[in-house]
Order: sequence, then structure tokens, then C-alpha cells
Amino acid sequence: MGRYRNISILGAAIIFQILGLAVQVKRSTDNQSARLIRVWTVSAITPFEKAIVRVQSGASDMWHNYFYLRGVRQENRQLKEQIEQLQLEQVRLQQDANQAHRLQTLLGFKEQFIAKTLAAQVIGSSGSDQSRTVYIDKGSRDGVKQEMAVISSTGVVGKVSAVYRTTSEVLLINDQQSGIGAILEQSRLQGVLKGKASGELVMDKIMSDESVKAGDKVMTSGGDLIFPKGLVIGTVAKITKGPEFLEVSVKPAAALNRLEEVLVITQKEEREPISPAAPTRAADILAQRLPSVPDKPPTPVHSGVPASIITHTATQAAGATNPGATQPAASMPASGNRSANATAQAGGNQATTTPPTLKPANISTPPSNAGAKLPSVNTAAKPVAHTTQTQPADSGDSPQ
Amino acid sequence: MNLTYTSREQIEVYRFSLPVAIFVPLLAVFLQVFLPLRFPFVSIFDLPLLVVIFFAMARRSPVTGLLTGAAIGLLQDSLTRQPIGLYGIAKTFVGYGASSLGVKLDVESIGTRLIVTTAFYVIHEVIYFSVARGMVRLDLHWSWPHELGSAIANAFLGVLLFAVMDRLKQRA
Repeated sequence: MGRYRNISILGAAIIFQILGLAVQVKRSTDNQSARLIRVWTVSAITPFEKAIVRVQSGASDMWHNYFYLRGVRQENRQLKEQIEQLQLEQVRLQQDANQAHRLQTLLGFKEQFIAKTLAAQVIGSSGSDQSRTVYIDKGSRDGVKQEMAVISSTGVVGKVSAVYRTTSEVLLINDQQSGIGAILEQSRLQGVLKGKASGELVMDKIMSDESVKAGDKVMTSGGDLIFPKGLVIGTVAKITKGPEFLEVSVKPAAALNRLEEVLVITQKEEREPISPAAPTRAADILAQRLPSVPDKPPTPVHSGVPASIITHTATQAAGATNPGATQPAASMPASGNRSANATAQAGGNQATTTPPTLKPANISTPPSNAGAKLPSVNTAAKPVAHTTQTQPADSGDSPQ
Repeated sequence: MNLTYTSREQIEVYRFSLPVAIFVPLLAVFLQVFLPLRFPFVSIFDLPLLVVIFFAMARRSPVTGLLTGAAIGLLQDSLTRQPIGLYGIAKTFVGYGASSLGVKLDVESIGTRLIVTTAFYVIHEVIYFSVARGMVRLDLHWSWPHELGSAIANAFLGVLLFAVMDRLKQRA
């Protein structure tokens, strides 16, 4: 018996672990059985990680805040110039956003906003190439819950997969078990973004007869109910044609192997845009956008006028419109401004509320985000674009 | 120098103090999960595996070796999102094998350490992949060039690490 002692113990140890594995695989939906050992290990390891990260960031802060100030004045000047340019750009984008909101209102579209985020420090990883997860220094004590979206300043990072008291585990988007609803910015094709065993990020469920271009931006579609719509995931790197579906390789925007700080989206809001009391026609929406269009006299003759003529008239009026006289701030849907603020909050910045009268409305450019998802935008925009060509004198795109 | 022992008298069995036996595996697991964040290339190393091999070869007791392997493997498993036991099973085998081999080979020489570590790394990966695919149905990507490259890198790191950890050994 003594001769077989070692091999018997080896057999027992292996059988014990195989049984444990079998139980976990069987209860794959309920991972609680294995939770205790995870809690112990995470509690033993993460305090050291936190301590090192804090010492490291403290030393780094001291260096950057006190010793490494050369060139700050020049950098400050450059940043101020950049802010001015961005403010101008923001005004243009605000116009597009406002138009999109009005059209969403028309369709009773529900919008999702990032209402609250929580900054967290990445303190550790799983240490295995087969499991792409990281640990952050915020847990249930800080309000983190399972399935919350995690983003960085550059793009989507992943979702919270396990929550402990002071730490949380984040499943990265390139893990095999991860899946995100994604949409291509240009073609508006939707698919599911998944990780592969090699750590590559692929978007599948796109039919092979569709056209996808390398470099196209990939955004969240909001279909997974975890990530709000419109967050940048990455760009298309390579397209491989399969028999039925395309395999689109995506280069993630966030540096997933060098994460330091992330934002956990702790609160999302879903609101319906404030809908007008009476149903509004597309022509009225355009008329709202172009305040110089005179009110239609309430004669029965006008009620039968085709929409194309109304659009044409409206656009003609747009040509004569004073570029400065755009949509009055008071008539903007409240959600439009809130959206801008919420988005800015997610990025850690306060939105600048510059009045939208600095630049004329860009009527020949359809809103980049809402254009494809709402077919009515295109139908409303097409006549405008056509009429703009006939009136090159003022296309509404002139610089300030 | 002979690689194999000719008699039982030549075998030197070592033991480790309790703090070393607890702290070194914990440190290895800690570094394994912490360093790849700062230096992504570090993820090709398997520090806990090197510690298992070192402890098993020094103690030369198959039972202690397999138990050390199982404990370190389960610890490593609990920090991943995968079912607990994948690393545990692989490292149990490695702990048992390394300690059994330690009885027969002179594991103090650099050449032996290089060969043994390379071989055990490959064995570890083969067992891990087999269990992960066969039992857990994980879709893992096996690449011989990558595995062999990692095995050699781990062997070289192991030689350096073993030289440092030799100082922690106590004669039993």
C-alpha cells in the first residue's frame, strides 16, 4: 500500500478538482459556489496592489505637480487656443444635436444618457492570457454593481463582472465571454462584438454581402442594455469574408493592456424627449429651425400644398435667413442640453453652454449620429440638400 | 557532473520556513497579476509555475509537491474568471512530476533546470488546454511557436529565480 501512497494521493487530488470543475461547469449560470475562495484570494491580493498603485500615483503626482513644470506656460497657451477651436466646433455640433433631438421627439425615441460616473484605478489583472479581466479599486461600498459599463477616456473598456466590498472585477471587451452590441458609424450595420481566444476583437453577424471598410469607427449600439449608445469602441482593422458572415477585426480604441484609470457608469438615465403637445410635421420641424420663415396664413388653400413645395419654400427662406438667427435657445428641447452636459460629465469636463447663434446652421450636413438610424432624417434632409445646390449664394455653411 | 544520482545518500532534501512557504507563492501570484498591467510582455511568464517547480524539486516529496502545486494553482484560478481548478489540476501534476524527478536528477545544475523548466512548462500548458477544452469547453488557441517561446523564456527566468530562491532553502 505504501508503494502506491503517492500516486493515490495524486489521484485523489486530481479527482477532487475535476469534481469541483464539473460542479462549476454544471452550474455555470450560478457562480456563487466558487465565490468564497475568490473572495479570500481577492481580499488577500488586492490590498497590496492598491497600496503599490497609491504609492506609485502619489510619487507620480508629486513629480508632475511640483518638479516637472517646465513648459507649462506654453502648454497652457496652446490649450487655450485649442479650447477656443473646440468651442467653435461645439456650436456646430450643438446645432446638429438639436436637430437630431427634434427628429427623435417626432419618433417618440427613448434616449439614454450617462448620468453618473465613478472614477476608478486599475490595480491588477487576472494574470492569465486566457482570462482577460482587470481589478479596479472600487467595489460595492462605492456603489459599483454587476453589469455596469466601464469606459476610459479613449473608449469602451468592459463591464463589471464581479463585485467585492472594496474592489471589482471588470471583464474586458476582448475576453471570450464578452459580447457587446456594436454599430458601424458609416454604414450603420449592426453586429455583436466579441473577444477571441487570442485577445483579438471581432464583430460578427454581419452578412457577407455587406460592404465594410477598414478604418470605419465602431460604436456601441445600445442593444445590450449595458453600454449607452454611441460610445466609441474602436476602428475596423481587417475584414475577412466568410461563407455567410463577415469577420470584422476591430482595433480597440482603449489601450486594454495598459489601463490605468477608468470610469464606471454607475447611473444611466432613459428619457423620452419632451414631445410636443400636437403631432408635428417634418416641415414644421424645419420651419422651427429656420425662424425667418413667415407663418403660413390659415387659409384652406395651403392645407393641400405638397410637402416638397413647403420644403422648397422653407429652404428658399433659409437662403435668405440671417445666419445669426437660428433656433432660439428657449425653444430647444431640454433634453438636448442635458445630453450635452451628461456626455461632458462622462469625460470629466463641464460642457460649455455657448449660445448657438455664433455660427449658422449647417443645413446641408445631416446629423452624423441620427442620420442613419432615423430614416426620416434623410427624407427631411434630401430636399434641403437639393435646394441648397440651386442656391449656392448661401448654403448655410458659410464661415463666421 | 552526473545528472542522475547513483544512490539514495546523494539526495539532499530541503525544507522552507513557514513565512517563506506562504509568502513566496503569494508574492508570485501577486506579481503575476500586477506586473502585466505595467509591462504587458510579462504575461508570457508564469511565476507561480516556476515557484511550484522550485519548491517541488527542492523538497523532493511528491505529496508535498502536488499539494503545493494544487494550492498555488487554485489561488491563481480564483483570480481569473474561469472555473476554479484549471490551473489547480495542471499545477498538481507539475508539482508531483517535479518532485518525483527531483529524487532522480541533480536539479541543482543550470542545464538540468533549463531543460526541466522548459519541459514542465509545456506539460503544464498541455494539461491546462486539455482540461479547458475537454471539460470546460473553452475555445482556446494553441500555437506551438508561442508555447515553445514562452517555455524557453520561462526556463531562463526560472534559472535566475531559482538561483535567488536557493538562498531561502534550509537543509532538512
